[in-house]
Amino acid sequence: MNYNWDWGVFFKSTGVGSETYLDWFITGLGWTIAIAIVAWIVALMLGSVLGVMRTVPNRLVSGIATCYVELFRNVPLLVQLFIWYFLVPDLLPQNLQDWYKQDLNPTTSAYLSVVVCLGLFTAARVCEQVRTGIQALPRGQESAARAMGFKLPQIYWNVLLPQAYRIVIPPLTSEFLNVFKNSSVASLIGLMELLAQTKQTAEFSANLFEAFTLATLIYFTLNMSLMLLMRMVEKKVAVPGLISVGGK
Amino acid sequence: MDLDFSGVVQAVPGMWNGMVMTLQLTVLGVVGGIILGTLLALMRLSHSKLLSNIAGAYVNYFRSIPLLLVITWFYLAVPFVLRWITGEDTPIGAFTSCIVAFMMFEAAYFCEIVRAGVQSIPKGQMGAAKALGMSYGQMMRLIILPQAFRKMTPLLLQQSIILFQDTSLVYTVGLVDFLNATRASGDIIGRANEFLIIAGLVYFTISFAASRLVKRLQKRFAV
Repeated sequence: MNYNWDWGVFFKSTGVGSETYLDWFITGLGWTIAIAIVAWIVALMLGSVLGVMRTVPNRLVSGIATCYVELFRNVPLLVQLFIWYFLVPDLLPQNLQDWYKQDLNPTTSAYLSVVVCLGLFTAARVCEQVRTGIQALPRGQESAARAMGFKLPQIYWNVLLPQAYRIVIPPLTSEFLNVFKNSSVASLIGLMELLAQTKQTAEFSANLFEAFTLATLIYFTLNMSLMLLMRMVEKKVAVPGLISVGGK
Repeated sequence: MDLDFSGVVQAVPGMWNGMVMTLQLTVLGVVGGIILGTLLALMRLSHSKLLSNIAGAYVNYFRSIPLLLVITWFYLAVPFVLRWITGEDTPIGAFTSCIVAFMMFEAAYFCEIVRAGVQSIPKGQMGAAKALGMSYGQMMRLIILPQAFRKMTPLLLQQSIILFQDTSLVYTVGLVDFLNATRASGDIIGRANEFLIIAGLVYFTISFAASRLVKRLQKRFAV
């Protein structure tokens, strides 16, 4: 069994319809981005709420957020995915269950499960970053806001969060990139995102090195461009006078 | 949905075998990853531009691709690569290819931890070692690395806990680790949901206990 190198393989027809292998990669990349962006929005919103909850002076509220973080950080992502995909639909009321299992097409139900799973999984990590950001602020900020008669929601919304977000952009960036990488687990429940398309190309064309090289390049480029983008954002919104932010 | 956990007791031996596999993967991945990662960190910190660029590229490369892609790729590609090197068919199983994948992938992450650890040692330590006439090797081995490792033990352990969870990804190559063994036991008796819950609980208990332990160590290990 010899290996036949063929870098032109991506422009060849897959034999399925009139698609080339490159079309498969583009579709896959589309799914990867669609999963990651929506999951990130979920994670950012829920994570921010949880991060605030962890810092408020109320034992019960911060306890709930702590439990959430511990639960979602200590169960492997794949187990969480299986729970959302196989177990949770069984817990739904009968009519929702029928809708999820019969009316939705398999791709949509897999997509929903992955987005919910990744969103909630990443929210636990976002929560920790937001909390770190809030706690890194000098206590005087909160006291000053209080002295000016701000209410607790106003203190968070107008004083603490705008600064906290700007401090934690670097760690948030790496969580953002993680969402893209973690979205590859979707291939294990049959969603044809980038990794699944790569595997399929490798099997159909027998050019596995070319397929995986292209996939690696795509992930690498995606990663690098998002990182550069976030670095620009970071510089734009840097809090003046702090060493840690923006490099200069 | 009715839950019935009565089948779990019978399945314990199978699940235990899976757990042994998971632990093997974790331990080998961590040990190999730390060794390779330390070498990479030394390369990254060396004065040679070439060495530090190679190590930098390695770390960047592995940190920008998903672990699942590395596992899949190695599983498919390692047999080919071995044939090119040795010229003959060397059958290696999913286990070996997964171990190699974990070691190489984790090395990138361990490298960054070790690098930060070494950089956190005061410069005077290096100067003092040089003043005593130590060679570079002696200085690293006897002075810098022991202190650095003490500082980074909590981080290394934290990363190991992450790897412990990530070993479940070997599902993709059909290796029977704890998750796979548990799922298989559940499927046989038609109780997949119950066994999934058990798997989640076991992973949670181990990871949670381990990270609590690490937090305690962190206080005790402070230099």
